[in-house]
Amino acid sequence: MPSEVLMPALSPTMEEGTLAKWHVEEGASVASGDVLAEIETDKAVMEVEAVDEGTLARILVDNGTEGVKVNTPIAIILLDGEDESDIGAATAAAARPEPAQAPQSPETAPADAGQAGDKGRIQTAAAPAVGRDPEVPEGTGFTSTTVREALRDAMAEEMRRDENVFLMGEEVAEYQGAYKISQGLLQEFSAARVIDTPITEYGFTGIGTGAAMAGLRPIVEFMTFNFAMQAIDHIVNSAAKTLYMSGGQMRCPIVFRGPNGAAARVAAQHSQCYAAWYAQIPGLKVVAPYTASDAKGLLKAAIRDPNPVVFLENEIIYGQSFDVPDLDDWVLPIGKARIAREGKDVTIVSYSRSMDYAHAAAEILSGDNIEAEIVDLRTLRPLDMETVINSVKKTNRLVTVEESWPVGSVGTEVCQRVTSEAFDHLDAPPTRVTGTDVPMPYAANLEKLALPNAEDVVKAVRAVCYVS
Amino acid sequence: MAAQKKATSRKPDESNGTQVNGTKAKTSTGDEAAFSTDEDIHAYRQMLLIRRFEEKAGQLYGMGLIGGFCHLYIGQEAVVIGMQMALKDGDQVITSYRDHGHMLATGMDPKGVMAELTGRQGGYSKGKGGSMHMFSIEKNFYGGHGIVGGQVPLGTGLAFANKYRNNGNVSITYFGEGAANQGQVYESFNMAKLWSLPVLYVIENNKYGMGTSVERASATTDMSQRGQSFGIEGEQVDGMDIRAVHAAGSKALEWIRAGNGPYILEMLTYRYRGHSMSDPAKYRSREEVKKEREEHDAIQMVRDRLLAAGKDEADLKEIDREIRAIVSDAAEFAQNDPEPDISELMTDILVEA
Repeated sequence: MPSEVLMPALSPTMEEGTLAKWHVEEGASVASGDVLAEIETDKAVMEVEAVDEGTLARILVDNGTEGVKVNTPIAIILLDGEDESDIGAATAAAARPEPAQAPQSPETAPADAGQAGDKGRIQTAAAPAVGRDPEVPEGTGFTSTTVREALRDAMAEEMRRDENVFLMGEEVAEYQGAYKISQGLLQEFSAARVIDTPITEYGFTGIGTGAAMAGLRPIVEFMTFNFAMQAIDHIVNSAAKTLYMSGGQMRCPIVFRGPNGAAARVAAQHSQCYAAWYAQIPGLKVVAPYTASDAKGLLKAAIRDPNPVVFLENEIIYGQSFDVPDLDDWVLPIGKARIAREGKDVTIVSYSRSMDYAHAAAEILSGDNIEAEIVDLRTLRPLDMETVINSVKKTNRLVTVEESWPVGSVGTEVCQRVTSEAFDHLDAPPTRVTGTDVPMPYAANLEKLALPNAEDVVKAVRAVCYVS
Repeated sequence: MAAQKKATSRKPDESNGTQVNGTKAKTSTGDEAAFSTDEDIHAYRQMLLIRRFEEKAGQLYGMGLIGGFCHLYIGQEAVVIGMQMALKDGDQVITSYRDHGHMLATGMDPKGVMAELTGRQGGYSKGKGGSMHMFSIEKNFYGGHGIVGGQVPLGTGLAFANKYRNNGNVSITYFGEGAANQGQVYESFNMAKLWSLPVLYVIENNKYGMGTSVERASATTDMSQRGQSFGIEGEQVDGMDIRAVHAAGSKALEWIRAGNGPYILEMLTYRYRGHSMSDPAKYRSREEVKKEREEHDAIQMVRDRLLAAGKDEADLKEIDREIRAIVSDAAEFAQNDPEPDISELMTDILVEA
């Protein structure tokens, strides 16, 4: 059947255009790729090329015609072996009410997936069913371990277990880690698996991500997460989105880890908390442990996880010691918060170093007969709202504590979720304790003012408890 | 994929002037290696498949069946087909968003590619990736990346994995001359050479990054020499001549497989169509495009060679018909296949642990 040339769209929003000029006349022979005509919109000019080979039998829309609707037939091409008598069939076909149409957008989708409010649904369906922490058998010994050692032990154990696991980053090998997290790993695993990189975060993060797509299990260490801002394109665009963009084909099992947030007196460019940035990204898991036991168990889980995991550590707590159970394979579930202190009067939700402020505040408050329950989130994506809400149902009051800036913070998200999901259980508006909304100052006195402390937490708790 | 055996196996030539330190690289031309008739026919068929596929994609876009961005490969076909004829099973391919040609070259099903363009469930990414984001682990095609230059470290990472596993495979990492100005490209060059990674960087220089000519965007325009400061050798290749592409690709891959680390091939090529579908076409003259099409067309060159070698025109017409039927089937499938089930909105975000 003769082939119709249709008025093309230059963009998905174009509805009509001008047929500026025909480049061929009726009767001309045309081949695929020959320019037939030029069309114009206010934005662009485009040449219409022949897709079929044959004779341009009819021009249906003249030079200079404006307002030609997209998909209107503008010419008819007779294919090899056809003649004028075939044109009738084509024009009859052209009279069909609607040419091929793009399918309707989801406005017409059934209500069960498109109803109002559903777009705000947090992606949890694909999160694994989260189990509880493994039981520590009676009689198990505990060893006082620093967070630093716990992280190192986790990596060493996983590297022994799986030869696809390797560590790359600045100063991780010969220097033994800028913060000594990778101490001894080069000696045990050789330079093939403990790899010093140049100071080029964008490049080595992309290389690690590519290696993960090829099936290896890289641990990419950032000297600090401040420097990962140069690499965030690969963390978000390449690592987090590829599984979805590939329809589930292309996995990216990788861990991005390093210290996050403020250290001490290192000023604005080296003191930022990225928790909320990464926690916003579907396709990532985000972990921010506090204790050595959690650091070890969650890093081992992160390395085994088939997804990209952002693992946020904190320099200030690297040297703090906590008891770690003497078990061969201590692996904790990602996505599960921990009740760090039981209490009945208020729920304090925190993570990472800010847990220090929460604990210190709870001690002070206990002296005033306010018993705080502390929830250590441990994982920031997916958030364990079940544990938070169960606690709030008991205490009816919520204070979140973090070093991050306040706008759009993890605490903001927790407060919003509790407000909308457990509103009837609240006896006071949820309150956030956060870092101050300024770049981190260098001066010691100002830096102190820019970070939260136990006293801020105490004040916030008293406020939600209506105690002066 | 028949007829991929090379007619002539060329040894790497150390003295062909591709050394660094300012010496101008030699430009590979098609005179270097002849193809057998079978190879010419294979080349013709595969390049024609890309051309016809892309013309059809342009048409479906014009009909509103393909949305968003759509970057056509018309004009550059000799690059991917010549390279594909040079690589071996296990080698990986990764590229930018102008990726339809690369996917067809690796043997991905035209139906699956076209259905992804129309956003249907039978597309390679179930309709969730679109024109710029398709992958095939089976065909060693690693995407399909939408951020200019982003695939360069990723491709270098594929090479890192090859070296880590010592599997003898090479990562073929394609990017354009526009991407060659990206900082991450040089970070990758540095590590690729430092760690001697098996990666072949194929720079497809089609002369324009969107609407900006290479001269207006680049302080130095010989892309083959962009690895110089890292000691990565490179050469320019007539990317419109598939024999030249194949010869240079084979030689470079052999050199890389011998453990020499990365190499750069700059393919001098040309895209006939706009950067994407909504291209104002104001930055180059119609005459320039016409001249390239008429004088340097990669497919016409192979067609002429076949006819000169005594191949019957009717046989070539038969190939044309076969290709047209394949593309027509793909378009048919892509229009009739349903959109993804709405439940797909919330799948493939995380792998179930």
